[in-house]
Amino acid sequence: MDDTNQINEKDKKPVESTHKIGIYLWIWGLLFVLSFFSYMVDWYQFQGMLRWSLILFFMFAKAGLIMAFFMHLFWERYALVNVLLWPMTAIACFVFLMAAEFEYTLFSRMFYFFVGGGA
Amino acid sequence: MSDPKIDGFELKPGFRGMASDTGSDQTMFKGVHWGKAMMWIFLLSDTFVFSCFLIAYMKGRGSTPVEWPNPSEVFALEAFGVPVPLLLIALMTFVLITSSGTMALAVKYGYEKNRKMCGWLVLATAVGGLTFVGMQAYEWSKLIHEGVRPWENPFGAAQFGSFFFMITGFHGTHVSIGVIFLFIYAYKVFAGHYENGGKRGWFTTMKGDYVEIEILGLYWHFVDLVWVFIFAFFYLW
Repeated sequence: MDDTNQINEKDKKPVESTHKIGIYLWIWGLLFVLSFFSYMVDWYQFQGMLRWSLILFFMFAKAGLIMAFFMHLFWERYALVNVLLWPMTAIACFVFLMAAEFEYTLFSRMFYFFVGGGA
Repeated sequence: MSDPKIDGFELKPGFRGMASDTGSDQTMFKGVHWGKAMMWIFLLSDTFVFSCFLIAYMKGRGSTPVEWPNPSEVFALEAFGVPVPLLLIALMTFVLITSSGTMALAVKYGYEKNRKMCGWLVLATAVGGLTFVGMQAYEWSKLIHEGVRPWENPFGAAQFGSFFFMITGFHGTHVSIGVIFLFIYAYKVFAGHYENGGKRGWFTTMKGDYVEIEILGLYWHFVDLVWVFIFAFFYLW
């Protein structure tokens, strides 16, 4: 049997049963801070591209921290991580398709409201 | 803990380990508890459901020529006579993140076989979830009193109500189901169902193990994760 992909007996480390409590408290604190900042985006009424990019930044930062550390994906095997994350590209494609679709729907609504469909 | 080592199933890190995990003629996710793998697959499918709701919302909001209601005014709450924008939503976010943190610690203490700490933290998570559901019920009844319906509302585009009730309602259902299970599992931890080799579960001959708390934790963190996206896209955008 080909054992090249298996770790040799001598390389085995004693299994670390849990992660240190500090990492959880850090992530917990960071989530509060990031949530506070994203609330501040609304509090100070930032508008336009600044508002949208800040909202997206804080959203992805929070989602990443929750998935990586609270859901343990950072320590998880690649097989599981890849099975979970690749399907997300399908969602991203769907978002772009529907974004193009709503632009077109809005355009055609405005066009027929103001220009009219009659010849 | 997140990757329990079972004899003969040690994998090399990175893509090499992934290749030997997926490419062999055995099972995938070798050494991972089946319940954990299935919970991840369920959460992936749930991700698609919530994505469809949020994408439908994006499409609905983007394609209407009518002014969209301003969420920071619609969801404002009076505090000491002053309207504070999104106050209730900020509190709900705070409560949900708090409960997510207690859940993460419950998983940690579960794997350390610290029955008392694990049980109290699961119970605290359940109470946090219950508080969230209560606040959401208040939010719903307030908006319904103000005349928000799935087909009309006094603030702007008529689609607002249907997306609001659909998205927050589906999320609230998830939280409610999570709360029920958190109370059940708090009882199971306190009753010692995972101690001394574990007690037999419902409708199964398999013995319980603290990995069940991690599986429950995955679900609960997912609920928090979905709220992060709802908070960003529905309440802040």
